[in-house]
Amino acid sequence: MTARTGTTIRFDRGPQIVAGAALVGKKEGDGPLGAAFDAIEPDATFGEPTWEQAESTLLRRTIGHAIKKAGRTPAEIDVLFSGDLQNQCAASSFAVREFSVPFCGLFGACSTMALSLTLAAIGLDSGAFRTAVAATVSHFCTAERQFRHPLEYGGQRTPTAQWTVTGAGAAVLQRYDERAALPQIAAVRPGTIRDLGVTDAANMGAAMAPAAKDAVAGFLRDTGAAPSDFDLILTGDLGQVGSDLLRELLLREDGVDLGTVHNDCGLMIFDREAQDVHAGGSGCGCSASVLCAHILPRLMRGALNTVLFVATGALLSANSALQGQSIPGIAHAVLLTAPHGKETP
Amino acid sequence: MSVSKDEYARMMQRAAPQSPLWLDCLKAFSVGGAICCLAEGLLLTLTHCGMGYDHAKALTMITLIVLTAALTGLGVFDRIAKHAGAGTAVPITGFANAMVAPTLESKAEGFIRGAGAQMFSIAGPVIAYGCSTAAVYGLIYYCLQRWGKA
Repeated sequence: MTARTGTTIRFDRGPQIVAGAALVGKKEGDGPLGAAFDAIEPDATFGEPTWEQAESTLLRRTIGHAIKKAGRTPAEIDVLFSGDLQNQCAASSFAVREFSVPFCGLFGACSTMALSLTLAAIGLDSGAFRTAVAATVSHFCTAERQFRHPLEYGGQRTPTAQWTVTGAGAAVLQRYDERAALPQIAAVRPGTIRDLGVTDAANMGAAMAPAAKDAVAGFLRDTGAAPSDFDLILTGDLGQVGSDLLRELLLREDGVDLGTVHNDCGLMIFDREAQDVHAGGSGCGCSASVLCAHILPRLMRGALNTVLFVATGALLSANSALQGQSIPGIAHAVLLTAPHGKETP
Repeated sequence: MSVSKDEYARMMQRAAPQSPLWLDCLKAFSVGGAICCLAEGLLLTLTHCGMGYDHAKALTMITLIVLTAALTGLGVFDRIAKHAGAGTAVPITGFANAMVAPTLESKAEGFIRGAGAQMFSIAGPVIAYGCSTAAVYGLIYYCLQRWGKA
């Protein structure tokens, strides 16, 4: 039976992840995880006349590829959860319009992958859906346009700034089927907003770290687990600054030491020094592509058994930043487990 | 125990890496200096060739603007500016780039609401406050000239 402890929802028969797909741009393909991605597109326009359409095409291809990898057709998908960073989540709406699939557009900023997985898992567990897709996308050029400067503007980035990933991730999920040996979503914890007064939009890692801390500490408290119970606690895009702050906050506020169990998708996707991305990668596509291309395959073959995926989002708008408002951070936690029988002791 | 906003601000300050100030200054000085030397060289050459000083000055500025516009369009300017900082931002090159970059980028939204409207999105405040400051300065100057001597 599905049980709710604190704000964590634990599934008795956790929905399964049938397949995941991740497509990225050239810079991401040149990074340390390059070989893991399903495809690397050297042309940042994805053959489209505008950056916004390029982002939609990237997502559409990724979702299509994930559905194909899962051996399904779009007609077999009961619901699709997706979001992105564009105003009105336009990248997602335009990407899914040709699929004719029931669509729920989400905005969770860079936490969208965990948010879409959370909602898909709850929907599948409830029996409302049989098959669902959770997806998200980000594109460096649309994010720069919307939140920062024109691409060719000659400005300087601060050392705390992060590089928005051009990439998308999509996962196809199904209701628990005991005959299938697939990774499961064992628990989810929708995040609460925490805002410790960070107003610097060039320091997103610091803005999101308190929410990530709440998500990790809350999950541990709700489940009675310790960091050592996980193979990996994977945050979304805290980057170097946010990761350092997460560790310090966990230690100071909760007395929890993450040890070596933590990593951050924003630190994994790029070589920070060689690729000149300052504090690391960011964007919805950062955690989504790392999860779908690098983590899910390792869960599928049992190389990882328990992964707490905590995607983090900075819920600011271009106007709120100009108006001097602080940045509300959020982080949703999703516990992923290896297929039954593939666990390594 | 919850960390307060003030405490977190201090933690943030400790966690944030610092910009290499001296290296940045050196790069800005070198590139900015090089741009100014180029302009000065051009100005001297033009006047040496017989062009009047005012015309030579205007042509020098136009050359820098056209050069910046071309480098911006070719996607080179921002790569130089990433290192040069104020070295490319302070001379007229910075202004030219601030006009061309948003114009190029907003083509997709059309010539009126896109390129035409966005052209001034970065340079607009510089023009607005630059002109306002000039007007105030002019007024003060006029008053000093008119009544200052009495």
